[in-house]
Amino acid sequence: MKIVVLVKQVPDSGAERTLRSDDNTVDRGSASNIINEMDEYAIEEALRLREAHGGEVTLLTMGPEKAAESIRKALSMGPDGAVHVLDDALRGSCAPATSKVLAAALGTLEPDLVLCGAEATDGRVQVMPHMLAERMGVAALTGARKLTVDGTSLTIERQTEEGYEVVTASTPAIVSVWDTINEPRYPSFKGIMEAKKKPVQTLSLADLGIPADEVGFAGATSEVVEFARRPLRSGGTKVTDDGDGGVKLVEFLATEKFV
Amino acid sequence: MSEVLVVVEHAGGAVKKVTLEMLTLARELGEPAAVVLGAPGTAEGLTGKLGEYGATKVYVAEHSDVDGYLVAPKAAVLATLVKDVSPAAVLLPSSQEGKEIAGRLAVKLDNGLLTDAVAIAADGTATQAVFAGSTIVTAKVTRGLPLVTIRPNSVTPTPAPATPEVSTVDVAVDESAKLATVVERVAEAKGARPELTEASVVVAGGRGVGSADNFAVIEELADLLGGAVGASRAATDSGFYPHQFQIGQTGKTVSPQLYIAIGISGAIQHRAGMQTSKTIVAVNKDAEAPIFDLADFGVVGDLFKVVPQAAEEIRKRK
Repeated sequence: MKIVVLVKQVPDSGAERTLRSDDNTVDRGSASNIINEMDEYAIEEALRLREAHGGEVTLLTMGPEKAAESIRKALSMGPDGAVHVLDDALRGSCAPATSKVLAAALGTLEPDLVLCGAEATDGRVQVMPHMLAERMGVAALTGARKLTVDGTSLTIERQTEEGYEVVTASTPAIVSVWDTINEPRYPSFKGIMEAKKKPVQTLSLADLGIPADEVGFAGATSEVVEFARRPLRSGGTKVTDDGDGGVKLVEFLATEKFV
Repeated sequence: MSEVLVVVEHAGGAVKKVTLEMLTLARELGEPAAVVLGAPGTAEGLTGKLGEYGATKVYVAEHSDVDGYLVAPKAAVLATLVKDVSPAAVLLPSSQEGKEIAGRLAVKLDNGLLTDAVAIAADGTATQAVFAGSTIVTAKVTRGLPLVTIRPNSVTPTPAPATPEVSTVDVAVDESAKLATVVERVAEAKGARPELTEASVVVAGGRGVGSADNFAVIEELADLLGGAVGASRAATDSGFYPHQFQIGQTGKTVSPQLYIAIGISGAIQHRAGMQTSKTIVAVNKDAEAPIFDLADFGVVGDLFKVVPQAAEEIRKRK
């Protein structure tokens, strides 16, 4: 089974993040850049499928030069290689343009299965799998908390507000996963050493046959008009419980008309 | 005035609150027209409520294909409808499915999209809270019509009674939209509590609660306030409470009128999911916990003393 895992480098969600004041894009210098956490679960799921069914696992990322660091890090978990779509003209790409580029790159890889995280911690938009499916004419099984593969048949449990849905499709397909699906492994020392030698292919827009004006700022379908830091909340009243903390809490709720 | 399509979110035969919020917002942009997508018989019970909140039209797209396959048929029906009626804007709920439909629609129509909006101006410019609610962004679609998903609990729904004209939409879904088959829908018990993302009161427990059994303390307070129960990632990862109730960067984002954080330190991971709550109350034994920096009212103390006492006090006042 040929599996491609989509990986995105994002600013660490555990640090303070911001946008750049010059072009309103994510400021990749404001926080350290890491692999989107949810993607690690997708990589783990791919590795487990390779262990069970054989095949190969390739990572696919679109991002600036420094995304290469995250690719090496992700490779240390065990994937066989990676493809990095790298082109200056991609800067400022909106979600539809990003899906156009990733769909073209996936077209060159011809995977049976594409795995990705259910959302990225920077944008939290959740649209990429269905945008790709729409462009590629394949099934998208999204929001999986469980994935079962039986030959060419895929079944997921999709988490919903009310419970879950059991959804099936045949390969080729795209599956996105939540962090409830598995527990990602830590890279071993051997894995880290091997990752340095694994093949990483770089593809440009020209390689993919996509005109530069269809992506990046030139091809953007939406734009950020302005942004501002939300005023920090200031702590209000803080009391120490002297045996009447619960009563005081309810008194506060009463003044705010919650009880 | 042009129509504004509002894609109705419904469950268990009832309209969800976010739909009423969207109808309220849609009035600023044009004439609200609700779109009901579902199995045959879905719309009948929803139309009254939709009219009460200002829908002048209800488009009904009912077919077993619409809910028999994941997402794609809904996007296909909507794309045809958008081409037919040329609306001023399309609003969808910022649920997972709402965003997924919007994503497909954007590709089909070669249109931009904005997700997780908390407000929308008359010209379609949307306001979004990003990076754990720390940054407020205004953005607009620059290709096509405003295609925007709205986060629950963004506005207070206000009634504006109308008698909607019901219009049946032809559902013709081709095979390419039938690749992901929904074979079963399983409801998981969640009791009588309101849904987490829509609740106006949320009581959440963290690592400090200590065990699954102890979550009864959280549930009791939530029930007395008519609220939903949430949990921090530390609590769900420890198995104290089911994962679907996790609030934070990797879980749900909530924005209730009242958020009570109990035994939650307030790491960025958690704040990402609750920072935009209107009023925040915290109970924690650590006076230095970062949650107190956000709290309008905080109690430093043992949650097992403070919370049951608060519950008792509420009972007394009732």
